[in-house]
Amino acid sequence: MADKRPAELIDGPGEQKDGAAAGAPSAFLEVRDLKIHFPTDDGLVKSVDGLSFQLERGRTLGIVGESGSGKSVTSLGILGLHNRRNARVSGQIWLDGAELVGASADDVRRLRGRKMAMIFQDPLSAMHPFYTVGHQIIEAYRVHNDVSKQVARKHAIDMLGKVGIPKPQQRVDDFPHQFSGGMRQRAMIAMALSCDPELLIADEPTTALDVTVQAQILDLIRDLQQEFNSAIIMITHDLGVVAELSDDILVMYAGRCAEYAAVEDAFHRPLHPYTWGLLGSMPRLDRERSERLMPIKGTPPSLINVPDGCAFNPRCAYKDLTDGKSIAERPELRELEPGHRAACHIPLEKRREIWNDEIAPKL
Amino acid sequence: MVAFIVRRLLGAVGLLLIISAVTFSIFFLVPRAAGVSSDDLAGRFAGKQPDAVTLAAIKDRFGFDDPIPVQYGKYIKAIVVGDTYDTGTEKIDCPAPCMGYSFRTNQPVFDQIVDRTPITLMIALGAAVMWVLAGVSIGVLSALRRGTIFDRMAMAVALAGVSLPVFFTGLLSLAFVVHKWELLPEVNYGGLGDNPFNLLLPWICLAFLYAALYARLTRAGMLETMNEDYIRTARAKGLSEKTVVVKHGLRASLTPIMTVFGLDLGLLLGGAIITEKTFSIPGLGQLALDGVNQSDLPVVLGATMVAALFIVLANLVVDILYGVVDPRVRHS
Amino acid sequence: MTGTGGNDGGNGIVSTSKNAAGADEPGTVTGGAPVVTTVKEPRPARDGEPLLEVENLGKHFPVTAGLLRRQVAAVKAVDGVSFSVRKGETLGLVGESGCGKSTTGRMIMRLLDPSFGKIKFEGQDITGLSQGRLRPLRRDFQMIFQDPYSSLNPRKTVGSIVGAPFRLQSIETEQGVKKAVQELLELVGLNPEHYNRYPHEFSGGQRQRIGIARTLALRPKLIVADEPVSALDVSVQAQVVNLMEDLQDELDLTYVVIAHDLSVVRHISDRVAVMYLGKIVEIADRADLYERPMHPYTNALLSAVPVPDPSLRGDRTRIRLQGDVPSPLDPPPACRFHTRCWKAQDICKQVEPPLVELSPGHQAACHFPENASVSATDEVAKAAVAPAAASAEDGTPGG
Repeated sequence: MADKRPAELIDGPGEQKDGAAAGAPSAFLEVRDLKIHFPTDDGLVKSVDGLSFQLERGRTLGIVGESGSGKSVTSLGILGLHNRRNARVSGQIWLDGAELVGASADDVRRLRGRKMAMIFQDPLSAMHPFYTVGHQIIEAYRVHNDVSKQVARKHAIDMLGKVGIPKPQQRVDDFPHQFSGGMRQRAMIAMALSCDPELLIADEPTTALDVTVQAQILDLIRDLQQEFNSAIIMITHDLGVVAELSDDILVMYAGRCAEYAAVEDAFHRPLHPYTWGLLGSMPRLDRERSERLMPIKGTPPSLINVPDGCAFNPRCAYKDLTDGKSIAERPELRELEPGHRAACHIPLEKRREIWNDEIAPKL
Repeated sequence: MVAFIVRRLLGAVGLLLIISAVTFSIFFLVPRAAGVSSDDLAGRFAGKQPDAVTLAAIKDRFGFDDPIPVQYGKYIKAIVVGDTYDTGTEKIDCPAPCMGYSFRTNQPVFDQIVDRTPITLMIALGAAVMWVLAGVSIGVLSALRRGTIFDRMAMAVALAGVSLPVFFTGLLSLAFVVHKWELLPEVNYGGLGDNPFNLLLPWICLAFLYAALYARLTRAGMLETMNEDYIRTARAKGLSEKTVVVKHGLRASLTPIMTVFGLDLGLLLGGAIITEKTFSIPGLGQLALDGVNQSDLPVVLGATMVAALFIVLANLVVDILYGVVDPRVRHS
Repeated sequence: MTGTGGNDGGNGIVSTSKNAAGADEPGTVTGGAPVVTTVKEPRPARDGEPLLEVENLGKHFPVTAGLLRRQVAAVKAVDGVSFSVRKGETLGLVGESGCGKSTTGRMIMRLLDPSFGKIKFEGQDITGLSQGRLRPLRRDFQMIFQDPYSSLNPRKTVGSIVGAPFRLQSIETEQGVKKAVQELLELVGLNPEHYNRYPHEFSGGQRQRIGIARTLALRPKLIVADEPVSALDVSVQAQVVNLMEDLQDELDLTYVVIAHDLSVVRHISDRVAVMYLGKIVEIADRADLYERPMHPYTNALLSAVPVPDPSLRGDRTRIRLQGDVPSPLDPPPACRFHTRCWKAQDICKQVEPPLVELSPGHQAACHFPENASVSATDEVAKAAVAPAAASAEDGTPGG
């Protein structure tokens, strides 16, 4: 980790808007003010509500959050997988110079699987139970490559071998249920990588797996990234996975970005109380056993009734330090240190103090 | 897989034995238990004002004075090895599978069944093709356009279809399509030699009833399947929406439809009673109905057995197809 | 009650017909000071008498095939595990999916009948008891389930869910079931006024609290918790873990916690047993196990846990196991871990290493344990020779 402050972090909010007007950005992937809302009978569900980030080839962005934070909705939004009839998507998604939100459904479809691909959480339910693993990889390859079935089959076998499946020429004709969980996830990765995508989105790729298998899969993703130089978005609730794999980290809460920083900064100098809460909530093996965990009180808000002001305010242990601002006013995501952004009303010095004196020693 | 089929076949035979025993009991044991004498029973066969000689002949022929298990044993034995009936004036040979002998028509029951089966088969198969094609495609379109005008209209028509029995739609269409507007000829079908398109109207009426059911079933199945993770994966691969819907969505939704289809078809093959009656087609259903009306117990028993056989067979075929369609079943 | 368990403090949050002592101020609330505290300070209960003893417990699920559905094999889900849990302590049961930890938990609860072995609760053998004879004992051991969504009946109010155990065991409470339930709700940190709400009105974490309240209704002595927090969000996980710890201190509970998350298990357990393919491979005090793991599998497990500290990336010596866990249908002979073990020698394929104490309170089943003195290794070898010779005489496979 030579470069702790990646240069690709976006500029301040002011310039960002100018940048949006200026058109295509230089970054490989840039998401600007992405909003994904779902109208329902109960009200408008604001699953993602103004999210911006950037990612370069060869680098990994970890998006962390609890269930309902909008992290998976974001990933599906980038791939254009939301049904346009029941989702309202706005903002901009620039992938290698092309804007995706305004593009036609067919144009986005042609990019899916070829330029951007996705690995899903549960490989058993994410693969079709009635088709062989090979068939599903061949299908993925042949949508975007005009080759014969034999050539595609050869490619599928190669891919299965590459992701570490023993005897790929035999396993290619097996059905997903004949694979073990880890092998299925490898096959899923082989399928996602079959067209050599430049952007790979991994949505909780190891959550359904055992810990030793998780380690294998994380190693595999890391190795494949080196080989293909792909940009990776790693979506997870597990801070350990992010720490192992990511260059940058984006902490989401209630559809918005709470903190966005280089991974070193986020873990060692976090500037948002929610990030502190996440770190304090998890028991860790790399420290002395703490007598007590420090959970965040309460539960995440409903996305229909996100609190006014700071969405985290009702659960925040330090909300009194903002003179009521956190109830009245939504905090902007500000760059507080080079490449380190957080959306919080508590004075910066006070936050540093709390982290250093109250939180960090207890972790 | 072979063990599975053999096991299921043995089970099917066992099931048929049980069904035959139960049916047999209902027709012959229950009346006895209720105090009906063998004379009364024989009287039901003989028609109006039978003389004592006829009654005795009937009792003898059907063995009404034998203990019930012996009667049942004879019945099963006849199915396996055949039997010969002596009417007193002639001997009627009834080769295996002999399902008894109709006193009213002086014909072995099995021959009648063999005559009638192709007719019912034609009604059922023709209608089945129509209702599957119509029902499944309407169901798929409805699911994909959930909540739109098309969906609501289709489901309203489907509700009507499910609620309208064939004797209603059948009589209505006969009155208007055939008699008033003369768009179609009279329904006139007596066997495989006749023009099958004479059956168009029964097909449509029957298919309307079932298509409605299948449209609803397909719609529900598709709505569920299209929410599956593997559909999302298929889209994420960049497959066209058509491929996603047909190859990934429909394929998985068809399994439950197949199950229901097997049972429905099996049921219909046993006799589309209402349809046959409405359109006066001499199929298995009519045979059973006539048997009931004329107290021709051997015919009723035979028709019931054949209906049961079709259902059991349909079930077996569905189970085997399940393994063919779903590899998870095949490997477990 | 059966009259055993003499050191029951009687600080019942719920007064039962037979145990009405100490009910003057029931409903000790999580936050407030406990009224009666039998145990406090760093839980000295470690030396307590064993509450639960499990001896050579096993569960084989038959596999049938062919026309006659003859049994052709058995899934050896649990294949002879022995351990004991002392009063007031928490035993963690860790392992990867398919190792048999949940099956073990269900057998302890007698939700599954063991194929062999013995379960003793407070010295009484409950292995062969019929469900009817078991019923009066049931109140003493309860289970917390993983999924807070499917384990609560959606058509019942919280009040009737939490109150169900009272009705099932026909227990009269002093102030009526409603009051008792409200006290329980308060105890687990829920608003007692939510008595009449339905499960869907609660979040995942709150539902798990409801499940815990139901579990606590009859003041059990032993609670088996099967993945109690794995379905919950991180921040909520910590709330439930803390709640379980508070309740243990307050109500003198004994826990068997089954989990796959090694960090959670370390946090909550006093002793930890590691399972692999139906066997316990290592069992030790928490600190011992996590700081000086002896079995290579334990080492591999610990090494595989991703650490939430980016500066440690690359520094850690990683042990990466190859392949998957073999099928419990046909587990490898002798040491079951030898197919994936980097230390495996010929002996590992021929002689099953017994689970022996290699240092005080630390048992491991390995021919080449780490963090163990030389003499201990010899002890393994010595101990291993005897059963090997015995099995050779029996003609059972092994050499």
